[in-house]
Amino acid sequence: MSSVDIPTTIELLTFQLFDQEYALDIMFVREIRGWTCATPLPHAPHYMKGVINLRGTVLPVMDLGERLGMEPRKHGDRNVIIVVKHGKTMTGLLVDAVSDIIALTPEDLQPPPDMTISGSANVVSSLSLIDARMIRVLDLDATITLPKYVAA
Amino acid sequence: MNTSNDPMAEIRVSFFIECEELLEALQAGLQTIENGDDDAETINVIFRAVHSIKGGAGAFGLEGLVRFAHRFETILDEVRSGRMQIECETLKLFFQAADHLSDLVRANRDANPMPDMATHKILSQLDTLMGDLNGDKPDVEPEIEFQPMGISLDIDVDEMSQTESLEVTDLSSLPDLIDLTSNQHNIPPTLPMYSIHFAPFAELFETGNEPFLLLQGLRDLGKATMSCDFSKTPNLKALAPEVPYMSWEVQLETDVDQAEIISIFEFVEGLCILSIQCDGILSDDTHVASEPARPQEATSVLENLDVAPQSADTKALISSLKPISKPTPAPSQPIRVDLDRIERLVNLVGELVINQAMLSQSLEQSGLSPHSDAMNGLEEFQRLTRDIQDSVMMIRAQPVRSLFQRMSRIVREASNSVEKDVRLHTEGEATEVDKTVIERLADPLTHMIRNAVDHGLEPTEIRIAAGKPAQGRIKLTAAHRSGRVIIEVADDGAGIDRPKAFEIAVSKGLISADAQLSDVEIDNLLFLPGFSTASVVSDLSGRGVGMDVVRTAIQALGGRIAITSVTGVGTTFSISLPLTLAVLDGMVIDIAGETLVLPLNLVIETLTLSQNDVEMVHPGQCIVQVRGKFVPLFDLGMELGYRPQVTCYEDVVVLLIVHDDGSQVALIIDNIVDQRQVVIKGLDESFYRAPGIAAATILGDGQIALILDPSDIITHAMRHPVMVQTPMETGIPA
Amino acid sequence: MTLEILAVDDSRTMRDMIRLALLPAGFTVHTADDGIHGIDVLEGITPDAIITDINMPRMDGFGFIDAVRIQDKHRTTPILVLTTEAAPDLKNRAREAGATGWIVKPFDPKKLVKALQMVAG
Repeated sequence: MSSVDIPTTIELLTFQLFDQEYALDIMFVREIRGWTCATPLPHAPHYMKGVINLRGTVLPVMDLGERLGMEPRKHGDRNVIIVVKHGKTMTGLLVDAVSDIIALTPEDLQPPPDMTISGSANVVSSLSLIDARMIRVLDLDATITLPKYVAA
Repeated sequence: MNTSNDPMAEIRVSFFIECEELLEALQAGLQTIENGDDDAETINVIFRAVHSIKGGAGAFGLEGLVRFAHRFETILDEVRSGRMQIECETLKLFFQAADHLSDLVRANRDANPMPDMATHKILSQLDTLMGDLNGDKPDVEPEIEFQPMGISLDIDVDEMSQTESLEVTDLSSLPDLIDLTSNQHNIPPTLPMYSIHFAPFAELFETGNEPFLLLQGLRDLGKATMSCDFSKTPNLKALAPEVPYMSWEVQLETDVDQAEIISIFEFVEGLCILSIQCDGILSDDTHVASEPARPQEATSVLENLDVAPQSADTKALISSLKPISKPTPAPSQPIRVDLDRIERLVNLVGELVINQAMLSQSLEQSGLSPHSDAMNGLEEFQRLTRDIQDSVMMIRAQPVRSLFQRMSRIVREASNSVEKDVRLHTEGEATEVDKTVIERLADPLTHMIRNAVDHGLEPTEIRIAAGKPAQGRIKLTAAHRSGRVIIEVADDGAGIDRPKAFEIAVSKGLISADAQLSDVEIDNLLFLPGFSTASVVSDLSGRGVGMDVVRTAIQALGGRIAITSVTGVGTTFSISLPLTLAVLDGMVIDIAGETLVLPLNLVIETLTLSQNDVEMVHPGQCIVQVRGKFVPLFDLGMELGYRPQVTCYEDVVVLLIVHDDGSQVALIIDNIVDQRQVVIKGLDESFYRAPGIAAATILGDGQIALILDPSDIITHAMRHPVMVQTPMETGIPA
Repeated sequence: MTLEILAVDDSRTMRDMIRLALLPAGFTVHTADDGIHGIDVLEGITPDAIITDINMPRMDGFGFIDAVRIQDKHRTTPILVLTTEAAPDLKNRAREAGATGWIVKPFDPKKLVKALQMVAG
């Protein structure tokens, strides 16, 4: 994948959504915090859960499962919010649970097969197999940028 | 800010900031003259402003700026000295020169090309003015070198001898000089030898010069042998302490040239007898005190300054000095603080306010007696928090003066280009507003002023025909009103041509031809995107910016803009702005279990409805009767998508809200919780912009409450049948 | 040789420039915005030398020098006049008021230091 010859390791934060394993480059992750009730934003897309108070700043939170086209569920204490920084903006991603931090080299990653699935289009940038588990590495940019057709 | 470690660069930055202040003072001064309110100090202030810009510019080698400022200053000096009177045309030129000076300052600051053509034009106009005055062109370039003072002054020795300041004991140190030898080493013996004779006058001491230091300066130049001539010194009883009786002979062996030796005595030129001989040749006689005294000058100075007796203490002296300028309040000492630090302070105070609210809430819930120490302490804490908050906000507040001055320039330029005679009147320049608000107001205000000159005011012939004064009048005012700032732009033009405005709106497809609009509604058409009243696009306001952009900019500041127009009398735009962007007096309300905040200033009153108050106009559109007036009714809960529409109006709480244009709407809410000041937290709208939501705040319980923008909700809800919806609420930022 | 200097100038830029010129020489620099302020500052300090501008609000350089000279403790304090004015008439007035020396802006920092060392030792 990478054109660079030096085998650099990538650290990934893995987490669970509906018993599936996903991962994000740890460079984007600022912190992980427990679920608190979000203040809903009017007319927001269904996966925008609203905003929460993150030590004085207003943090928008999206349900990553719903964003990826999964069924909406009730949120409880077991859910966590991964706070990611993307460019200048911070966003909270609501996931089921955080699993692990793993280190991979670019060789461990393979591009996903080219199949466009509605709603989750192109958000998975690569796949990896760790101990027979398939880990989906998310493209953060594509994940949190709203598709244009989602309007209020 | 680009502040590297280079201190010069930092000073340069601060110089340009200072320039802005000076330019502001310059503008204000000229304005004062224009208004006829000037006094003797006004021209001094104007002169000093230009002068200080020149001084600083010189330090940075900004030649073009120095040259222009110098010429401007020269002519201002003529006025200051009473040799020139300011007439109407002169003042106009001064305004132009001031505008140009600010252009030059900015061009230098931003390293933009200098507007040489304009410089040339204005300079030649200034020259013409000077030429009219004295027929020649005084154009003295500022001197860059040390300027020694050349003329001595006779001091009455008898009078001087009465004072006792130079202690006799001082004399005891003088013999040391005789033995002063050079501390410079390795001077070859073949160096030229100078013989220097130095005899100070009393004035040398009077001006704070010190022979010892001068001799020391000589010593540092080479190998010196000095001898002191005491022969003229009387015995101690007859000694007048301040009369110098001594002179010195110095033999100096040095490789420096004579000019350098002379330069030691630069400041005492004329205050001593000095002769320097090289190798036995008397080489310079000109430095011997040659200029006789000019006591009459001294007298004039003394008269001028009304010097108190020497025995008077300092305080008495100051009060007896005729003030050079008219007494002004002592300038408070400003310090410069990085804006980031203030930002941080503002944020921290915001946190403090939230924290205080949280603490209050938990203390109240703990069931403590309201008379307990904790509750009393809390009250004090609340008061202090509020005071701190106000003080911090004050740091960011600035008078709108600089903004208004920019506008006066806009008027001058705009009126020139459309050949209308326009006078700008300003009022309330001292009104203070948050710095960011001022900065962000500049563009919309500029556009409004241009609009007023271009469209608001009629051409001169028409004004005259209508029996109005030929000179058009634009009034710009600022005032604080109930916790907000009101800025008005009023012209005395023809008012809005409503039939024409209606016609334009129809032709642009903004309204349907059969729309029934009130005058106010027609006036508000001006704010619609794509509306422009100018049938011919002039080079002024026809720049693709309409009043809709102005309104958007004002709304982005949490402000409202309204228009009133009277045919034949004029048009007034009124902007209402929050004092600061950081806090808001809010009404905390509850809708479907969600806590929300409405800006309190929009709420006119709260009502409780009964079923009979509500009438349906057509499906989905209800109105409510408030004191005989029909007001459109909206269900906030439904509009926000929090719950279905209310079906039973009995005992429903509504808030009567004032709209942009002064019209009213009623909003159904579930409950009023509280009224309090809230800290505004911006919402990150990069992914999603919620309609009707202006910002957010953090409540006492740590939960976030959204701050509503009722106008936006209503605009959203109405999807006005006659108005074309703007493509704003797509949820995707442009 | 460290000197304590009072610089009086209504221009912040100039005050900064003076400070910048003198601090590397190890001088202690006090500043004041105009003559009146300068007199106030002098209540608390006895500088080795004073630098003053001429054109200032409230109390100009001449008035200031005059007011300084009349105080016993500052009678012999060297005062350098620092200004853009190059007119001989103004120089004479300054000298009459009791100025020690005259430096025209823009100044060379080294020369300013040298001049101060020259007059204040």
